[in-house]
Amino acid sequence: MPTFLRDVHMKRHNLLDTLFRNITRLSAFAVLLLLVAIIVSLIIGSAPSIKAFGFNFLTSTDWDPVTDEYGAFVPIVGTLATSAIALLIAIPVSFGIALFLTELSPRWLRRPLGIAIELLAGIPSIIYGMWGLFVFAPLFADHVQPWLIEELGPLPIFGPLFQGIPMGIGVLTAGIILAIMVIPFIASVMRDVFEVVPTLLKESAYGLGATTWEVMWNVVLPYTKIGVAGGIMLGLGRALGETMAVTFVIGNAHELSASLMMPGNSISSALANEFNEAVGELYTSALIELGLILFLITFIVLSLARYMLYILAKREGSTA
Amino acid sequence: MLTLYTRRRLINAMGLGISALAMLFGLFWLGWILWTLLANGLPHLTTAVFTQMTPPPNSSGGLLNAIAGSLTMTFLAALIGTPIGILAGTYLAEFGQRGWLAPTTRFINDVLLSAPSIVIGLFIYEMYVVKIGHFSGWAGALALSILVIPIVIRTTENMLRLVPNTLREAAAALGAPQWKVINMVTLRAARAGIITGVLLAVARISGETAPLLFTSLNNQFWSSDLDQPMANLPVVIFQFAMSPYEDWQSLAWAGALLITISVLTLNIMARVLFRQSSTTY
Repeated sequence: MPTFLRDVHMKRHNLLDTLFRNITRLSAFAVLLLLVAIIVSLIIGSAPSIKAFGFNFLTSTDWDPVTDEYGAFVPIVGTLATSAIALLIAIPVSFGIALFLTELSPRWLRRPLGIAIELLAGIPSIIYGMWGLFVFAPLFADHVQPWLIEELGPLPIFGPLFQGIPMGIGVLTAGIILAIMVIPFIASVMRDVFEVVPTLLKESAYGLGATTWEVMWNVVLPYTKIGVAGGIMLGLGRALGETMAVTFVIGNAHELSASLMMPGNSISSALANEFNEAVGELYTSALIELGLILFLITFIVLSLARYMLYILAKREGSTA
Repeated sequence: MLTLYTRRRLINAMGLGISALAMLFGLFWLGWILWTLLANGLPHLTTAVFTQMTPPPNSSGGLLNAIAGSLTMTFLAALIGTPIGILAGTYLAEFGQRGWLAPTTRFINDVLLSAPSIVIGLFIYEMYVVKIGHFSGWAGALALSILVIPIVIRTTENMLRLVPNTLREAAAALGAPQWKVINMVTLRAARAGIITGVLLAVARISGETAPLLFTSLNNQFWSSDLDQPMANLPVVIFQFAMSPYEDWQSLAWAGALLITISVLTLNIMARVLFRQSSTTY
């Protein structure tokens, strides 16, 4: 090839290289832009409400479209309470599942069982909601709630949490269904981080005569605790933002109640239920502010989760 | 008094027993939910579901417009989200060794991966629906596409990283410029994995209800106009299930079964297509 032709050729490729690199860079940049746009648009949308209520919005229990008084306390508490119940159930179960999948299950069963648990994550949220409302809640009201009210209601400190009437729907039901929904997320993170534990470490412990449980509890868990915490935070992030399943079963009552048996409200279910019916600028804007609060809470929780998982991944990289 | 050994053996047996129970606990819910869907949905899954429009209360009908709307919006969302996702994923895997952009994008993307979908709906409402003044199919597709992007980015980056460096070096040694190496060698080698990511993303959005509530809403009639509110399965299921009418509730169960079957089939297909991938979280 004559020199001048080769130069033209090289120039063209250099140009295409630069072009391609910048197109991909632009797409990556678009993700950051998206985040900024989400936050800015939510802040603009909630400006009237922020102006009208200020910080009182966070602590006020009012929610009255007639007098145009809004406060986020009830839905925030509902979101936190349902997520807390979900984690309380999901953490031990997920640990058991991850332990089963990494240490106990026969090798040929691991994959199908792992997929089955992941399918649980694949079922759409709205299906959980329908099943929860039509199948789970009636059974729960007939068989479990009366017992809880009877046995736990009279207890001194925790008692008030379980007093009330067995309605099936309510904060507790929402929490339980959320637990089922986040189990697959926490379990698969736990399984993945348990698998990064060096075999050498586990075999050393077995060699000293430790039982499977002791290896798990004293070797694997301490080694992976940051990753496990990350997985739990990830599950929490999912639980906080979950919408449809909660909307079906939480009862949608803007009332603060000490009892977990009573209907409540969460940020996401308030949005799903009221946003399209909201009339008036202040009402809409108060709902958007709820969305902003939800986004900020989940953003912080998920950031912590990712940070923890990165630390574990980095350590794995440095020791390998 | 138990000896130390017996006690340790006992604790071990108990721990492992509970772990097996936890596994059963997880499978139990899966079984129960699937059984409920089959029992309630199968009897109502008639041909009318696929041939008739959503009915007014107390009359029979089908879900044709909702199915068509869901397919349209899901397809458009994948069409918008996939190229952006693949390009950004390519940047993270191939050009992201230096600088601040790649690590930041990776982090933000991982956070967006699990961000509440209802907030995405609010975002599109604020950005698009308010501006044009009415709900529309485009708004729904846009909201869904925002959910597609992070999933595709994540899998694309992961899959590109699995491509051995020797392949890139071999292509570069033959004199291929970088854009050719990436487009014709690396991305092709990772093709199966990237398709997996797109399938998982489609599976995720085809069941999403929350982002559609404020964007596409619903439409009782057949509409192929993307500038108008568009019927879609999840929102129809939500409305019909919450209604007091028996006809509507039956249709909701049929729709629920339909959606679950398609989502789970997509999930399983994605996993069969690429055995190593696991991007549930």
